[in-house]
Amino acid sequence: MALSITEECVACQACEPVCPNDAIRFKSGIMRIDKNACTECAGYHELPQCVEICPVEGAITNADGTPMNPPGTLTGIPRKKKSV
Amino acid sequence: MNIVPESGVGSASALVEEHPCYSAGAAHRYARLHLAVAPACNMQCRYCNRKFDCANESRPGVVSGVLSPEQAVQRAGEAMRRLPHLRVIGFAGPGDPLANRERVFATCKPLRLQFPELHLCLSTNGLCLPESVRDIVDHGIRHVTITLNTLDPEVGAAIYSWVFWKQRRRRGLEAARIVLEQQLAGLSALLAQGVLVKVNTVLIPGVNAEQVPAINRLVSAAGVFSHNVMPLISAPEHGTYYGVMGISGPSEEELHQVRSRCQGSAHLMTHCRQCRADAAGLLGEDRQAELRPVSLLGNRVIPIHRPKPALLAKAVLLAVATSTGERVDTHFGHAHSFRVYRVTGERIEYLEERRVPRYCQGDDRCEVTDDVLDNALQVLRDCQGVICARIGYTPWQALAERGIVPDNNHANRPVREALRQTALQLQENSGSRNCGLAAAC
Ligand code: SF4
Ligand code: SF4
Ligand code: SF4
Repeated sequence: MALSITEECVACQACEPVCPNDAIRFKSGIMRIDKNACTECAGYHELPQCVEICPVEGAITNADGTPMNPPGTLTGIPRKKKSV
Repeated sequence: MNIVPESGVGSASALVEEHPCYSAGAAHRYARLHLAVAPACNMQCRYCNRKFDCANESRPGVVSGVLSPEQAVQRAGEAMRRLPHLRVIGFAGPGDPLANRERVFATCKPLRLQFPELHLCLSTNGLCLPESVRDIVDHGIRHVTITLNTLDPEVGAAIYSWVFWKQRRRRGLEAARIVLEQQLAGLSALLAQGVLVKVNTVLIPGVNAEQVPAINRLVSAAGVFSHNVMPLISAPEHGTYYGVMGISGPSEEELHQVRSRCQGSAHLMTHCRQCRADAAGLLGEDRQAELRPVSLLGNRVIPIHRPKPALLAKAVLLAVATSTGERVDTHFGHAHSFRVYRVTGERIEYLEERRVPRYCQGDDRCEVTDDVLDNALQVLRDCQGVICARIGYTPWQALAERGIVPDNNHANRPVREALRQTALQLQENSGSRNCGLAAAC
């Protein structure tokens, strides 16, 4: 059980300090989640903290690659508007 | 307790007279430097897109590179040598400085030791303000700007998409109430400590115009030094909610109207130039492009320079990430090849397709490995710019470092149009248009 960070990430580093497992690292410009350390916040918080603070849709996915914050959910911008 | 001495360095009069944002007179004499050490934010304002950089934009929330505290201190040292009138160091983003407390305060410590004559200032959305006041004062920050856009949570719900608060993302009225409560509590705590407070209000036509006079009365009565009513900056290509949804900024006339209804004792600031979060120099004269990249101890240097426009006055070589050659539709990291064009004035010549060797093919989720990135950089090394639909932070930095300007402002636009505009912008962009937006200054 671990989440991962995709290429959509803009490396704003907001997720790093909120992780209770210290699983997120900023290294040579890239954010990564240590799969062995991430518990999806089980044991600490009801909701995965990185997902709650991340401002970028699609930047964090679950193990299946499903975005935790799908398109449209953070910006409120309807999908079709985005690609005009 | 009042921590401001009557005279000398850090005295109340010097705090005002030497700060270009607090005194219109100082704006012509003294320079300020914004240090972009704060990438994270804890909320989402609908006028903001914390896109890492855009060489052609100049508005709050926009910078050319995030600095580590060590780099920031070096940059300040260099600015001190080059900008003789430097008096103010500001922390204004690209995110919220108080969502990056450790980085900001880690920068303040050495700055105060090395340059005790500089004033430190910080801009914030106010969400984390109450619990930060002690640290702000202890680190010698004597100027704080709070962006206060409304006193009514109903209106706030139309300005803020969400806030991260107590372990979860909150939206709507709940979010707006939290923001307002924190802003007002933070405001009084700062004033009680003798900090000079400026309030910024972004005028969003049709959203908060009616709120502005009431904000002006409240902050004046509280003892805020100055109130800056600034126009919303909004264009579809900024990718902000307001920009994409077609809510545009006020006309001169509207801005003037609203400002004229602000009669409180707080100085109404009208000389704001809405600086970038990494601005340098006198207001209205951005010299950040002149400051060389800070050389850093081992770490990769994050570029803060721009290519010299003179080099681009003739033909420009541009690469485009596109699947069919018609539209800019490909993410930089997903591009298996780039089409390279030469643009000379109005003339666009297609030269060739350049493939990017990669070990992992076809998997969309595969991250940009260092190898793929190196290959792409190699393939693009003679280009002045690369146009793509999207691009990650790391490749952006790596490109910029090599003097290749990344452009993601033309996603899904026709390739030819994107080429023309990018070539034009490369030539025009002398980095002199100044000033930016919202939580900044
Ligand atoms: S889900 Fe929780 S434990 Fe996993 S990386 Fe995110 S914050 Fe850390
Ligand atoms: S919060 Fe999201 S965008 Fe920011 S660094 Fe973390 S994963 Fe990337
Ligand atoms: S304007 Fe500032 S506070 Fe608002 S979302 Fe952008 S970075 Fe955060």
